[in-house]
Parts: sequence; structure tokens; C-alpha cells
Amino acid sequence: MSDVLAVAEHRRGELRDVSYELLTAGRQVADATGGDLHVAVVSGDTEAFADNLNREGVDYVHTVGDGEEFDHDVYVQAVEALHAEIDPQVLVMPNSVNGLDYAPAVANRLDLPLATDAVGIEYDGGLTVTREMYGSKVETTVEVGGDQQAVTIRGAEWPAAEGVGDAEIAPFDVGIDDEGGATVTGFEEVGGGDVDISEADFIVSIGRGIEEEENLPLIEDLVEASDATLASSRPIVDNGWLPKNRQVGQSGKVVTPEVYLAIGISGAVQHVAGMKGADTIVAVNTDPNAPIFDIADYGIVGDLFEVVPELIEEFE
Amino acid sequence: MKVLVTVKEVAEVADDFEIEGTEVGERYLEYDLNEWDDYAVEEAVQLKEEGPVEEVVTVTIGPERSEETIRMALAKGADRAVRVWDDALEDADLLDVETKTNLLEAVVEEEDPDLVLTGVQSGDDNFGATGVSLADEIGFQWGAVVNALDYDHDAGVAHVHRELEGGVEELTDIELPAVLTIQTGINEPRYASLRGIRQAQSKEIATKSLDDVGLDAGAIESDLTMTAMYEPESESDAEIFEGDAGETAERLAEVLREKGVAE
Ligand SMILES: Cc1cc2nc3c(=O)[nH]c(=O)nc-3n(C[C@H](O)[C@H](O)[C@H](O)COP(=O)(O)OP(=O)(O)OC[C@H]3O[C@@H](n4cnc5c(N)ncnc54)[C@H](O)[C@@H]3O)c2cc1C
Repeated sequence: MSDVLAVAEHRRGELRDVSYELLTAGRQVADATGGDLHVAVVSGDTEAFADNLNREGVDYVHTVGDGEEFDHDVYVQAVEALHAEIDPQVLVMPNSVNGLDYAPAVANRLDLPLATDAVGIEYDGGLTVTREMYGSKVETTVEVGGDQQAVTIRGAEWPAAEGVGDAEIAPFDVGIDDEGGATVTGFEEVGGGDVDISEADFIVSIGRGIEEEENLPLIEDLVEASDATLASSRPIVDNGWLPKNRQVGQSGKVVTPEVYLAIGISGAVQHVAGMKGADTIVAVNTDPNAPIFDIADYGIVGDLFEVVPELIEEFE
Repeated sequence: MKVLVTVKEVAEVADDFEIEGTEVGERYLEYDLNEWDDYAVEEAVQLKEEGPVEEVVTVTIGPERSEETIRMALAKGADRAVRVWDDALEDADLLDVETKTNLLEAVVEEEDPDLVLTGVQSGDDNFGATGVSLADEIGFQWGAVVNALDYDHDAGVAHVHRELEGGVEELTDIELPAVLTIQTGINEPRYASLRGIRQAQSKEIATKSLDDVGLDAGAIESDLTMTAMYEPESESDAEIFEGDAGETAERLAEVLREKGVAE
């Protein structure tokens, strides 16, 4: 019981980045427990996926061929069966939208304590994970007891595993019982339309700090005066103040402009996922502890309702 | 048809705060209805207004203080509330997913709902796992991160969109009974009307101890223990502009000109 089992993730024929990050996190734990790193890949073209997952540090890749795309009934049963077979110390899964759709059910079924959204994992005779709370304002360390544990890891916290390994790749037969009850019927792309913010060089992005829809023209004036492209964090789109194609982040667009000016945006991880690739990040925020300052190159700790009018004047 | 909605009161931390042991000092906390649950309550109330649902019941794991938040959900249209709390819970510094699952399971057994709506996550400890864990425990189907819901009463099927990453949505049909975890943006949560607030005063909030829901202290023994809380070391090497609004704006304008993105 010293092995580690990591579960890969893919969508529409491609492994997602977090899969390779899971290999790094999984290897790190396996080094500490002194066990092997097992990787499971479920559904789709598992043979091709397995070849890609055979990176340095991986000992076994188990392929479960049932199904094409993610289906939580298949994943839960596959992981449950592999867990019984391998009997790992730690089970590692992604803290992605699909991860959140099966990991809690797996943990419940196997009676494993579950720590989600880990940004750090230590194993030293016992498992300790680092997690954030209160919108990344504090970090906590949490000891996870029990005989065996389950963890989901946040994306982009561990580097991707590289190189080519010499893993043993073998199909694993689960005998999926089609419990049914949830059937995926298709996919839909959202956030299309006339503007593509991912092409912009200079983005002025507004967050909940703007408070009211009536205040938006202030930002639109800045956008016009400085010849920028307007974008926003999620709450602005949720409120219907801007269309979906303006949303930056995990569930919106990924942008890589030369300058990203974040105004009244706290810097939640799901937002940062969409803009951390900008060359230069500037933040205007009243809260000196706002996480956005951790990734900013320049900052103004101040009230947007005072700073933005002055900034508009600079460009008029 | 009955809908059970989980409603959590979450703490938000002030701009400046201090950590005391493994907690943020009480005086720096402000309590509110969890953002995601607000959308879940709205979705349930809309289902009632549209017809198929007869009753919307909220369930909260929380101390007496949370009744203020529960009244908010009642004022927005939920019919009645259940609040589970116990001295034994008071002492726990972290309620893990398993504990919450056990407590909610006990309430589900009593209430026997057809549909359970939860938020995707709570804004304070963001485990994001309770809804799906509960679904597995009570033998319901489920869907996580739902941002569109169209319920076909005759077929007993919820046609949902699950919001995946990168602007892609998964279309899924889920048979009831089910647990759905609701994402922000699925609807426009209403503000409580004055009439709603008045009516909420006379709606029932049933308070239940562990004993009342048929559980013992073993059901809330957590395998997770928080051992430290700290402010993350700032990795920031940001240059913070000093001065008043005019001065900082001028410095920022210089940077934008230097980078060649604005004139
Ligand atoms: C599955 C999932 C997917 C998600 N996807 C996305 C996504 O794609 N994109 C996204 O953005 N979010 C996403 N989120 C939501 C995310 O977690 C945050 O809730 C959101 O990013 C917060 O937006 P915000 O920073 O505008 O608001 P807040 O976090 O409320 O921050 C507002 C900020 O404004 C500051 N402020 C207030 N008043 C002023 C003022 N007068 N002047 C200057 N500053 C001021 C405050 O100090 C604060 O820092 C997702 C969440 C989940 C669970």
C-alpha cells in the first residue's frame, strides 16, 4: 500500500494539461511513499493517450477502453475497480470541472478522506496538503488522516512531466455496469460573436469593483480614450452587463495581450487562468492584499473611481 | 415534487485582517449567503413558479447566527428551512466533505426530495465536493457545475448544460432523483422584496441536533485536521505606484506609452 494512482483527463481526443501535471504530483508523492506511480486513462483512444502519458517517472499505465468522452458513471466504476486492484496509498485526481463530477463520488464510495483543490502535497508518514481559503487570501495546511487518501490538484500548480518513460502499459477490464441515468448528448461552444478578445494587444478588464452597471460607462470611456479592448471577470458577465465573449478566465477566454489592466478584479484562480500569460499585468485595487498583486508587474492600491477618471484625462 | 436546496452562510474576510491560530479573527469576518447557493435558491424558486415544484426546502449546516442568512433565502421564496447544528460541531474547526455528506444525508432521508440543488462550491473553503459526494451516498444521479437547467416534468429528466473549461459546455440528460451543483450565471438571483422579507419572518426554521437527525458523534469525526493558516508569502515583485490618484494615473499612463499600447 505505498503506490500512487493518478487519473488522467482528456476531452475531444486530447489529453488536458493537468494530466501531465498529475504525473509530476503523483511521482512526487510516490517518491515519498517509496511506491510505484500508476496512471489510469479511461475512455477514448486510450492507446494513444497511454503512449503520451508514458513519461519519466511513470511505472504503469492502465487503460480502460469503455466509452469515448467523459462519463462520470464510467469513471467512478473504473477508478473504484483500479483502486481495489492497486490498493494505492494516495489517489490523485484533477480539480477540474469533470474532476469535480467524479472525484467526490469515488472518495465517498471508497470511504476515503478527500482534500480538494490542493496547491501543495507532502507525504511524510502521513499526508498533508496545502489549500487556499477565502478567495486565495489565506493558505492552510491540512492533515489528511485515514489509511488511504484521495486528493484533487489544482491545475497549473505542478510542472508538466516530460521525457519518455518505460512504463508497462496494459488494458484493464472493468466490466462497466451501465448504471445510466446521466447521458451526455453533445457539446456546445459558447462565447463566440463579433469580438475576439484573445487577439487584443491591450486589454482593460473590469471586475466586481465597478459595483453597478451604471458605472460601466466610466470604463468604456477609458477603453475609448486609450484605444484598448474591453474585457471582464465573470461576475460582470453573470450579471448580464457584458456578453460572454468578454469574459476572461477558466470558463471564458484565455488572453495573452502585451498589457492587461485589471481594474477592481481580485485575482481568483479561475480568472488568473485566463490572463497570466499577458506580457505585462497592471492592477488597480483598493485591497493591498488582493491576490492579483501577486502576479502584477505594476500596481495602484487605490479607488478605481478616483484613478480611472485621471487616467482617462491622460489620454484625452 | 419537492426540491431541497443547500444554503451555506460563508464568511468574507476584510481587506486587512489578522490570523489567530488556525482562524481569521472573528472581527475581520462578514457573513453572507454563499454566492453559488444564491443561484441555487433562485433556480428552485423559479421551478416552483413555473409549476412542477410544490415545495422548496432549504437545509443549512450552521450555528444560530446563520438564521439571518436562512431568512434571506426564505424571503426570496423558499417555503421553509431546516438547520442542523450541535455543540459537537461547534468544536470542529473544519467540517470535511464526509461530515457534511453524513449530515445532509440524514436530512434527505427525512425530507425525501426529488431534486437537490447545491452551489458548485462555497466561497470560504471551496471544497466543491459536497453535492456530488451526497448524490453518491443517497443513490441519486448527479451533475456538477450546471449553468443551464431545463426540467421535463413528464419524463422526469433534467436537461442540463455543464460548464466545462474554455468556453465549452457539455449537454447532459439527468434522470431524477438527482443532485445538481449550480454555477453562477445560470439565472439572475432576485433581491428579496419587502413583502418577501415580511413573509419570511413567519416561515419555519426547524433546528435539529445530531440526535434529532439520528446521528451520533461518530458521524462527524473528520479525517481532515487544519494544522496551520497563514497569509501566503507574496511572490509579488510588482512596482506599486505611490502618490494620489493623479500621480499614480500619470505613472501608469507612462508605462502604457512605454509599452506602445496607448498614446
Ligand atoms: C468552476 C468555476 C469557473 C469560474 N470561471 C471563471 C472565469 O472564467 N473567469 C472569472 O473571472 N471568474 C471565474 N470564476 C469565478 C471566480 O472564482 C471569482 O468568483 C471571480 O473571478 C471574482 O471576480 P472579481 O475579481 O471581479 O470579483 P471579486 O472577487 O469580488 O473582487 C472584486 C475586487 O474589487 C476590488 N474593489 C472593490 N471596490 C473597488 C474600488 N472602488 N476600486 C478598486 N478596486 C475595488 C476588491 O478589493 C476586490 O479585490 C469561476 C468559478 C468557478 C467555481
